[in-house]
Amino acid sequence: MKFGVIVFPGTNGDFDAYDVLDRIIGQPVEKVWHDRENLDGFDCVVLPAGFSYGDYLRTGAIARFSPVMRGIEKMAAEGKLVLGICNGFQILLEAGLLPGAVRRNESLQFRNVWVNLRVENNRLPFTQGYQPGQVLKMDIAHGEGNYYVDEQTLADMKKNDQIVVRYCTPGGEITPAANPNGALDNIAGICNHRGNVMGLMPHPERSSELLIGSVDGKTMFSSLVDWWKGSGRHDR
Amino acid sequence: MKAKVYVTLKQSVLDPQGSAVQSGLVSMGYTDVKDVRVGKYLELVLDADEKTAEEQIREMCDRLLANPVIEEYRFEITGGES
Repeated sequence: MKFGVIVFPGTNGDFDAYDVLDRIIGQPVEKVWHDRENLDGFDCVVLPAGFSYGDYLRTGAIARFSPVMRGIEKMAAEGKLVLGICNGFQILLEAGLLPGAVRRNESLQFRNVWVNLRVENNRLPFTQGYQPGQVLKMDIAHGEGNYYVDEQTLADMKKNDQIVVRYCTPGGEITPAANPNGALDNIAGICNHRGNVMGLMPHPERSSELLIGSVDGKTMFSSLVDWWKGSGRHDR
Repeated sequence: MKAKVYVTLKQSVLDPQGSAVQSGLVSMGYTDVKDVRVGKYLELVLDADEKTAEEQIREMCDRLLANPVIEEYRFEITGGES
């Protein structure tokens, strides 16, 4: 399974994503500079964390006009896999590949903490290795992760099972206290209607080794490989 | 042509920055302040006639300068040489 890690000016999570895919997951992976449009040959691309274009104007707002986004839109349309982490998630939101937007954290603080996430949908290529309702420990590091979407879209997303992970207590309860940024409905990660594009604020790539503090993120990447090796090559 | 573009969060969207500024002002003693909305202000200089400028700015706002999911915008065009 061939992975690509997209690099924009200001991206800084590309090393972590590359390292996990290469050394821990053991799959071929290549970094892709943002001016490349043709992504043929990749089965999955990761838009990693960072501060693309200095977060100028709005997070992800400028990056979405990079040539590589045309290749990513094509992959999304073809049913290939696209994963946006943190700033990568923000870019996918700005690009309209995922619904909604993020605002400044409710606290106005940049939050870099461990959080607990409850798996709401484990029937995706990204999450099939998790149990339904499983509580994951992952790292967050962002100032703008306060997810928002209008009521009507949220209702549609719920109906389509597009809410993938939500901030929760260690016991799996969804409470305001467990919400690190004020996100609507404690939403931490979502997917598109088709289930082949996912974005989340937490960092699975920084939660993939016991040495660092959690291996729960590793399962997200190994899920993708298992899905691809199994029936995944056929569009669902 | 010069244009002044104002981008703000929609009224229906909570503004964490605005809330913080409002509570700051209240704690300073400005207890009359009931709401604050923080937005962005952009100045554009365009080499175009007014009609074209207006069309282009609207398009720029829709595509980049504002995010229609959470923000709204308004703009003023001031004539004369830039």
